[in-house]
Amino acid sequence: MSSMKNKDSIGHVRGESIFVDDINLREGTLHALVFDAPIAHGIIKKIDYTEAKSVKGVIKILDYKDIPGKNQIGGIIPDETLFAENEVHFMGQPIALIIAETLAIAKKARQLIKIDLEEMPAVTSTKEAFEKASFINAPRTFTLNDTSKGFEESVYIFTGETFTNGQEHLYLETQASYTIPLENGNLKIFSSTQGPTSVQATAARVLNIPMHKIEVEVNRLGGAFGGKEDQATPWAVMTALAAQILNKPVKMVLERHDDMRMTGKRHPYESSFKIGLDKNLKIKAYEVDFYQNSGAAADLSPAIAERTLFHATNSYYVKSAKFTVYSCKTNLPPNTAFRGFGGPQGMFVIEAAIAKAAKELNIPVRKIQEANLLQENDEFPYGQIAKQVEISNTWHQVKETYDLAKKEKELTLFNSKNQNYKKGISLMPITFGISFTNTPMNHARALIHVYHDGSIGVSTGAVEMGQSVNTKMLQIAAQFFGLNESKVKIETTNTTRIANMSPSAASATADLNGKALLKACNQIKERLIKVVAEKLPINGSDDINFQNNFVLVNGKRTSLAWEDLIKSAFIKRISLSEHAHYATPKIHFDKAIEKGHPFAYHVYGTALTTVTVDCIRGTYEIDSVEIVHDFGKSMNKGIDMGQVEGGLVQGIGWMTMEEISYDEQGRLLSNSLSGYKVPDIFSVPKEIKVEALETKGVDMAILKSKAVGEPPLMYGIGTYFAIQNAITAFNPNYSLAFDAPMTPEKVLMGLYENYS
Amino acid sequence: MIEFILNDKKVQTEAKSGMSLLHFIREEQGLKGTKAGCKEGDCGACTVLSGSLHKDNKLHYVSLTSCLTPLANAHGKHIVTVEGINLTNKLNIAQQSMHNNFATQCGYCTPGFVISLTGLSLREKPVTYTDSLNALSGNICRCTGYKSIEKAAKEVTEKLQKKNHHDSLNWLVKNKFIPDYFTDIPARLREIKNEQSFTEGVLVSGGTDLYVKHADALLDQEIQKASDFVPDKILFSNTKCKIGAGVNVTNLMENCEFARYFPYVKSHLKLVSSEPIRNMASIGGNFVNASPIGDMSIFFLALNSSLYIQSSIGAIREILLKDFFLDYKKMDLQDHEFIQHISFEIPDQNTYFNFEKVSKRTHLDIASVNTALNIKLNDNIIKETHIAVGGVAAIPKYLNQTNTYLKGKKLTVSTIIAAQDIMQKEISPISDVRGTETYKRLLARQLFYAHFLKLFPNLFKLKDLVA
Repeated sequence: MSSMKNKDSIGHVRGESIFVDDINLREGTLHALVFDAPIAHGIIKKIDYTEAKSVKGVIKILDYKDIPGKNQIGGIIPDETLFAENEVHFMGQPIALIIAETLAIAKKARQLIKIDLEEMPAVTSTKEAFEKASFINAPRTFTLNDTSKGFEESVYIFTGETFTNGQEHLYLETQASYTIPLENGNLKIFSSTQGPTSVQATAARVLNIPMHKIEVEVNRLGGAFGGKEDQATPWAVMTALAAQILNKPVKMVLERHDDMRMTGKRHPYESSFKIGLDKNLKIKAYEVDFYQNSGAAADLSPAIAERTLFHATNSYYVKSAKFTVYSCKTNLPPNTAFRGFGGPQGMFVIEAAIAKAAKELNIPVRKIQEANLLQENDEFPYGQIAKQVEISNTWHQVKETYDLAKKEKELTLFNSKNQNYKKGISLMPITFGISFTNTPMNHARALIHVYHDGSIGVSTGAVEMGQSVNTKMLQIAAQFFGLNESKVKIETTNTTRIANMSPSAASATADLNGKALLKACNQIKERLIKVVAEKLPINGSDDINFQNNFVLVNGKRTSLAWEDLIKSAFIKRISLSEHAHYATPKIHFDKAIEKGHPFAYHVYGTALTTVTVDCIRGTYEIDSVEIVHDFGKSMNKGIDMGQVEGGLVQGIGWMTMEEISYDEQGRLLSNSLSGYKVPDIFSVPKEIKVEALETKGVDMAILKSKAVGEPPLMYGIGTYFAIQNAITAFNPNYSLAFDAPMTPEKVLMGLYENYS
Repeated sequence: MIEFILNDKKVQTEAKSGMSLLHFIREEQGLKGTKAGCKEGDCGACTVLSGSLHKDNKLHYVSLTSCLTPLANAHGKHIVTVEGINLTNKLNIAQQSMHNNFATQCGYCTPGFVISLTGLSLREKPVTYTDSLNALSGNICRCTGYKSIEKAAKEVTEKLQKKNHHDSLNWLVKNKFIPDYFTDIPARLREIKNEQSFTEGVLVSGGTDLYVKHADALLDQEIQKASDFVPDKILFSNTKCKIGAGVNVTNLMENCEFARYFPYVKSHLKLVSSEPIRNMASIGGNFVNASPIGDMSIFFLALNSSLYIQSSIGAIREILLKDFFLDYKKMDLQDHEFIQHISFEIPDQNTYFNFEKVSKRTHLDIASVNTALNIKLNDNIIKETHIAVGGVAAIPKYLNQTNTYLKGKKLTVSTIIAAQDIMQKEISPISDVRGTETYKRLLARQLFYAHFLKLFPNLFKLKDLVA
């Protein structure tokens, strides 16, 4: 069972899996296209749709005036309209929706909309927003002990500035939705969303109807990575609005350029740090101001900012700390969730601070890292006490398994022999907390039906987006009832079967939904045991289980087959359905004092990255990334390995070639796949080795199998520092700027910075 | 009427010839396995195979991005989508290998990868693991990190080692690479008459540039097919090589005689876009695109090539490629003219050629700076050079003054450093998404030096040049 294949992969490889764009359309389906703001900031003086409406096949053009409910889609803070009213705040902000018989007609009409705007100054950088006191919300500060004391205890104090750029999600499937009007004003929305309930609730608010009139159905997503947590909502709501008004099915799949221009990305961060070390290299004090470029509306920015603070110390114990995050409001598309959710931005800064200290002290970076790794019972700056800490174990296992000492020797030798190429190395420990940091979101439900032929249908609130959560759900039920996987079907994610879902996010989807499913399975089992008792001579202390389609008593197979048991239960009018609820125990967080126990557990790991830099051309190759990762007890190694490799490569992309670029007017320049590059098959590490740390696992994780979605992304940060290490080998005068991504441009400029 | 075989079905359609093949497949034919990811040839989710009969009566398949392919170019071909490689109740080898290795996560890019790997199996020549990676050079996956896909590619390659190349199609059918209807395709293709396309409308060759921006506009238009009258042969005489403007980049890479004179052509041209795009993009198309950073423009500028331009009445004029580019996206070409072929002098054994390109991502990316050098030596004396640099001016830049300076000089460090200084005066890069001006100047210097470091490693050391 441990290497059960992704249950969807047969459909995927045959091209038979159905995404929103592939749904067979109902007769009379209309196609929608968004007309968006051509400038980043300004007052709308006049819009003229006359010419656009006259195009044959254009059915209607909707804007904010057509909204029956509230023109408001903000999730955390109500500060974002569905359609702009009098003012536009970012280039790409939706203003109107063209509904036409075909997409081609809608595109023609879009070019004919005339808009008259009074342009206002656009703020694009966090610095400018900060100076103008343009914020999304009040800043947040976490503190631990007294940093002024900490700096007094420090022998070495270093300060510095860092920048990490945004990141385009580049899910291969763009944002997509399709709404079908049903009878009595009810609507069914097919959406490519991580948050079906968000879509439902927001549509209800905009359409001015109760939530129960809206059914949201999600089959699967063609990638999401956070980009469809909050930002799948507007498109779904727009098709719902159009379907409500026209009483016709309406489909909208964003064209790639529209998607890139209109949607938010990973938040760029500017940060300034101050770090103090004692003579033993222990971090005595660490202060950071984080300036988050939030974009034009809150979206999930406050929650992302919060996670930056939670992960500001990465895998290290810091004796005194003070971090403040400012969510700066700019005239860019609202930035949003992206794998890691602000954590990577926080971790980058402490790695930069350590790298800077190491350079100034002329010692290997790893000496400082190693001196400060978290130990059991250390306190995080947010008050949680670290338990079952595995970071040192992964760190030392990396050093031994991959023979760091030998590697360092070879590297020195290589660099002394080669003029045109230099190698660099880095170690990157990661510690990532699992749970939504907003405690109330940590719950889920599962619905299980055992049909009277013995086959099973499972619904949960988990959305399948490539992470193979459906396979994990299937494994849980099939394993629990000892059945062949073909007997269990995982249903679509649908708000009529599972209400009030939290989005599939925070790496916690399998934990939350899986635990709810296990609960449902257990309750069915309890009822079935009563039926077993009538069929077999058992008593209360006997251990009843299921395996290979048969009932087991005290581990011994009986003659009672699964189908016969179910048939009997059905005849006896026993309920064969269960709807269970799970809420993560123990977690809490008090924002008033910024202390608590927000995480169910942490995931640990260490990556060793080796790169080769071409010192003629400024290009580089990643030779290897060698990892020891804490999976807990992985319930599916094939799937979990895919998450580690995929997360790592996405992190490497963020740190190397993926460069978001806006001009000063707020226009996205990296607005297509030709201008924005993500890793291809040739740019990934030549070798990725992943070894699982042997542990007992934690009970809070589903089947002791730890969450694996986000943490590996942060291994990618190691690539940045490995490249810096190689540049320094060529050019000792390199100033070690912390300005990600490390594009070939920055490498070449670094190689020849004050070169002599 | 456009006529072709789509999977196992014959298609005869009156749809507009300018419609993209992707649109036709998904919207007109309802085959939803082929995905639209970017509609600019940069993701490979829409990859299909195109099979055509060659003179040897053998079927030859190449991969294409259907988003950039005009429907017109499907005429007379066997177009294969993922639906067309599915076997009944089992997976084909490419699919099985992807499945075995967890090489699919969200599944959106997957049909494209499967098609590319199946295309690999249809190659006439024996394939290596490197070939399999090249076959995937146009496919982007955002989920897996590619390691599982590499394993799948390796598995496919290994299985292909046993292939019987004398009876390729039957072997592939028997070994579950393709469905059995493929064996009837040659006969069925022979029945399709070659039909002259429209004589009006925009002239389209591979479509790889035009369709990036104009696919919507061409959706309901008729086009002229370049292959109806633009030559697509590579010919060699005693001193000259003549290349039809319709020759695509893959043709050039795989031409044995060309490789004799340019032994590094494969590694050089591997830096040009991706395999499916190279299968489509014509040399002539890259010239008339007039991009200041066009890879083929730079390559052939350094060969001091001549263009033969044909007018609508059939008159032919000759012009040096370096005189063809006038200003940003402006060239010496009238509306009624097209490039017929390109010609250059075959290099002798004292002539050395090198091509360099640096972009954000090494493959399938537009260069920040690209450059090519052709240098003819007499002992240690430079008889002649032709150097071109892209991305540093409004046009692909032929370095007139630098070339003039180098003529007759001794090939030494000081000569090259002095020449580099002259180059810096000739170029005028601007800051844009491909880099700042400062970077492009530094990169141009480095790549200029790279030519000499690569061609004459015994004469030059990096330190001596940059210190």
